[in-house]
Amino acid sequence: MNRLLPLIGFTLLVALFGFGIWWNTQHDQRYVPSPLIGKPAPAYSLPFLDDPSSHLTRKEMLGQTYLMNVFASWCFACGEEHPVLMQDAQTLGVPLIGYDYKDDPADAKAWLARHGNPYSMVVTDRSGVTAINFGVYGAPETFLVDARGIIRYKHIGPLTPKVITEVLEPKIKQLKKQETP
Amino acid sequence: MKRRYGIVLLLGLCVAFAAHAIDPLPFKNRAQELRFQHLTRQLRCLVCQNESLLDSQAELAQQMRGIIFKQMQEGRTDAQIKQYLVARYSDYVLYDPPLKPSTWLLWFGPAAILLLGAGGVLVTIRKRLRNSAAATPETDPEDW
Repeated sequence: MNRLLPLIGFTLLVALFGFGIWWNTQHDQRYVPSPLIGKPAPAYSLPFLDDPSSHLTRKEMLGQTYLMNVFASWCFACGEEHPVLMQDAQTLGVPLIGYDYKDDPADAKAWLARHGNPYSMVVTDRSGVTAINFGVYGAPETFLVDARGIIRYKHIGPLTPKVITEVLEPKIKQLKKQETP
Repeated sequence: MKRRYGIVLLLGLCVAFAAHAIDPLPFKNRAQELRFQHLTRQLRCLVCQNESLLDSQAELAQQMRGIIFKQMQEGRTDAQIKQYLVARYSDYVLYDPPLKPSTWLLWFGPAAILLLGAGGVLVTIRKRLRNSAAATPETDPEDW
C-alpha cells in the first residue's frame, strides 16, 4: 500500500492539472464580472450618431427594458456579432441601442451603412469616459437594463444565437412581465 | 469559446517596451509621482490583464491613468480611487484580492495544505518511532 502512495499522489496531481486545463478551456480568463449587475445603470447623456445636438439620457429610457450594445467600427469581433444582431434585433421585443465606443462618427456611419443597422438608435461615446462608468473594457459588450434603469445582465464578447435564445430572451421575457404587472 | 474580442487588436499594443508606460503627467512633486506609481502598480490593466495599470500601454490603461491622476489632484485618497475602480470593474482591478469569505480559500488554502502535510509527517514519524521502539531494528530498509 505504501508503495502505491507516490502513484496515487501523481494521479491526483495529473487530475488536478487536467481539471485546470479543462476549466480554462470552458472559461474565458479575460472575463471580468461586472459589479454593476443589480445596480442602477450609471447616469449618462450621450449624443445620437445621427443628430449629435440631441442626447439620450438614462432618465429618458426609464420605463422600458432595453439592450445596450457596445460596438465600434474598429472592433473586429463586432463584425462577427453584427449578422446575429441583424437577424435577431427585431424579434428581441425590446429596443436595441447601439453604443458607439471610442469611434469616429463618420467611420461608424459608414460601417452601419455597409453592414446594415440593427439598432433602434445609436448613441456615441467618442472619449469613452461614460463607458468607464459602465465598466466597459472592450467591445463588444451588451447590457440589459430594466424599466427601473437597473442593469440586469451583462454579456462580454460577441452575442451568439445561443446566448440570445438561452440567456437574453428568457431574461427579457421575465423583465417585461415585471414591467406590466 | 471564441475569444476574438476586438480588443485583441489592442493586445498588440500592450507589449511593454519600457519598464513602464510614460505619460507626460504634470505631477506637483516627486512624492506625488511616487504615490501615483505605487498606486497604479497595484491595479490591473483590464485590457492586458497581466500588466499593471502603471506598465500597460493600452489605450484604456492610459485613460485610466489620466483619471487616477485627476482624482489625485482633487485630493482623493488611494482607497477612494481604488473604490472608484472596484465599483466599476470589480475586485479584478486589484492585484491583491481583498480578504473576504469568497477569498478565504485563496488566502489560507496554501497554509492549510501546509499544515495538513505537516500533520501527516508528524503522525508518520510518531508511528515509526513507536514501531522501531517495539520491533527489532531489522526493518526492511525499503519500507517507508
